[in-house]
Amino acid sequence: MGLLIALAGNQNCGKTTLFNCLTGSNQHVGNFPGVTVERKEGRILGHKDVSLVDLPGIYSLSPYTAEEVVTRDMLVHDHPDAILNIVDGTNLERNLYLTLQMMELRVPMVVALNMMDEVAASGNVIHVEKLSEHLGIPVIPIAASKGEGVSDLLQAVLDVAQNHRIPEKLDFCTGEVHRAIHSIAHLVEDQAESAGYPARFAATKLVEGDDPMTKALQITEGQQHILDHIVQEMEEAVGMDREAALADMRYQYIERVCKDCVVKHQETREQVRSEKIDRILTHKIWGIPIFLGIMLVIFWLTFSVIGGPLQGLLEEGIGWLTDQLSNLLIQANISPWLHSLLIDGVCAGVGSVLSFLPLIVLLFFFLSLLEDSGYMARVAFVMDKLLRKIGLSGRSFVPMLIGFGCSVPAIMAARTLSSDRDRKMTIILTPFMSCSAKLPIYGMITAAFFPHQGALVMISLYLLGVLVAVLSGLLLKNTLFKGNSVPFVLELPAYRLPAPRSVLLHMWEKAKDFIHRAFTIIFVASLVIWFLQSFNWQLNLVADSSESILASIGSVIAPLFAPLGFGDWRASTALITGLSAKETVVSTLTVLTGAGSDLQLSSILQTMFTPLSALSFLVFTVLYMPCVAAFAATRREMGSMKSALATALYQTTAAYLVALVIYQVGSLFF
Amino acid sequence: MTLDQLKPGQAGVIATVGGEGALRRRLLDMGLTPNTKVLVRKVAPMGDPMELFLRGYVLTLRSEDAAKIGLKEE
Repeated sequence: MGLLIALAGNQNCGKTTLFNCLTGSNQHVGNFPGVTVERKEGRILGHKDVSLVDLPGIYSLSPYTAEEVVTRDMLVHDHPDAILNIVDGTNLERNLYLTLQMMELRVPMVVALNMMDEVAASGNVIHVEKLSEHLGIPVIPIAASKGEGVSDLLQAVLDVAQNHRIPEKLDFCTGEVHRAIHSIAHLVEDQAESAGYPARFAATKLVEGDDPMTKALQITEGQQHILDHIVQEMEEAVGMDREAALADMRYQYIERVCKDCVVKHQETREQVRSEKIDRILTHKIWGIPIFLGIMLVIFWLTFSVIGGPLQGLLEEGIGWLTDQLSNLLIQANISPWLHSLLIDGVCAGVGSVLSFLPLIVLLFFFLSLLEDSGYMARVAFVMDKLLRKIGLSGRSFVPMLIGFGCSVPAIMAARTLSSDRDRKMTIILTPFMSCSAKLPIYGMITAAFFPHQGALVMISLYLLGVLVAVLSGLLLKNTLFKGNSVPFVLELPAYRLPAPRSVLLHMWEKAKDFIHRAFTIIFVASLVIWFLQSFNWQLNLVADSSESILASIGSVIAPLFAPLGFGDWRASTALITGLSAKETVVSTLTVLTGAGSDLQLSSILQTMFTPLSALSFLVFTVLYMPCVAAFAATRREMGSMKSALATALYQTTAAYLVALVIYQVGSLFF
Repeated sequence: MTLDQLKPGQAGVIATVGGEGALRRRLLDMGLTPNTKVLVRKVAPMGDPMELFLRGYVLTLRSEDAAKIGLKEE
């Protein structure tokens, strides 16, 4: 029988580094059922029958966040053979708080005391054996970033798992709290057992006033009465309410343990260094300009220096391959529709999406650097005030900013947000940040209608996107995502050099994810659009796409856009093809108008639009649902097709309404 | 006196932790329990949130939430 090990710990304690170290690149990423919390699982190197589940980074087993609930459920109901609890040795007090809670679960457990290299380098000492004695479980010192101590750790974990060594110790408390927990444990013992919870864990949670536990154990009214009485007595005796009493009890115990086991002369070098770095990076005046500067450099490197040229090369490569394939197919005398399917459908569709791969991988490279170095938390600190009003926190700032580059990585980046609610809101709002693929559309329209106010129009469009995002945020905050926002109580971890291996693995994971989607949902969507564009209703291949099914759909829906000022079927058709990739709007309009040059296109556009309806068209383009690739990312990160469709519907409705208002109000004046 | 009234560089000892639900629990879980010493290191460029140092680590907290943490009178 294989073993199942659960890896649990706080955020920023090196959990991912240890996970990568133990499993190599052999890992599988998915979601926990029903929620969009990432579940990473891998086989331990050299032990193919042992799997390791990387649980979300949490600070407590409270019932308030999806991450904490998922962890609780996994630890209780999936019956792991052992818990591998990783603990940051430079920050022992707060890290042990979770340890104490997990020890009540009656699951074999080992503490990995990480960052011991930093502890030692600063001349501080942690008496590991004493700590192990106090806690009653094995404690193994490691330095995950260097791989030190990891094999000892693995041995210890396998040992407790195979021999089912349950933590010996349970009591961290004396006096009233202790009495209350014991009385309640007796009271609910049978119910806890049948619900699958250890009585002790259940009792502690009931003392804390934990609703899910009350429900899981089906506490009767009579029991609730006794329970309340016990808790009330305890509260009076200790002079604190139930939640504070338990938190205080745990921290007091931890303080005693640390006093006995930790000799701390000074802050670690990393902590001292962090304080110095923060004097610049979160400086009162320079903090924000430096952040914006860093983001500009990231965009510059991604789009101009490295990513842009790579994208060009990839496009050329794909183009060359397509040509070769096309020639081969022609030589093979294959029927024209199949040729068109493979070349215009598959190669063109998937090719155009794949050419975004370098940009996405690069953006993720920089994002992991920001995240792993500890800077992302500082961005949240610096920018929090700005996002608070729309019901988000500073954590959402970077994903939204990435949205100006490309919505796909921006939506994927939202995964690092620690709350389900913030993640979903960020995913919904991010596509309002005008992405770089829309620039050619702005270029085309401004050239035709606003040749002298081009910059002004573009800036207005960007600002409009931000404004709609802000208003949407306010709307969502007061409707769908009312209350329950995760409190902004965030650790600012010490700055550390990111581990190259983690960064590379992260990039690879995201690239794989994107390629996978390019060949599934995006592939299908490209085929559908190709089909609609290449055939007429009699299913004959058309030479001129103005006779295609797509064109007739465009004509049917065109009247819908008449109130927005662009009832022309070519405009609505271009908006549909824009779903495959936004810049396609330009090529579709060029084809459908039969324009031979940019100048010609401009003059034809001038007959299709008035300046006001052109503006309305631009506004719609900025705001309506993002391309298929971004939609696929939304579906993946939201965890449900329904939510993704609702998101797209919301975005398109918002686009429609804003464009409508602009056109109708504008018509009164012009 | 409450925690949000401390200026950067000032320290205080927690007497009571207010708030409710997820926020209160989070504050307690992060170690902001009665009798804990907290140092205010700085405030963010826009004046909020604030950066705290407690239990050997650095934590950031919005002023409106810090206002729910009562300090012991000297």
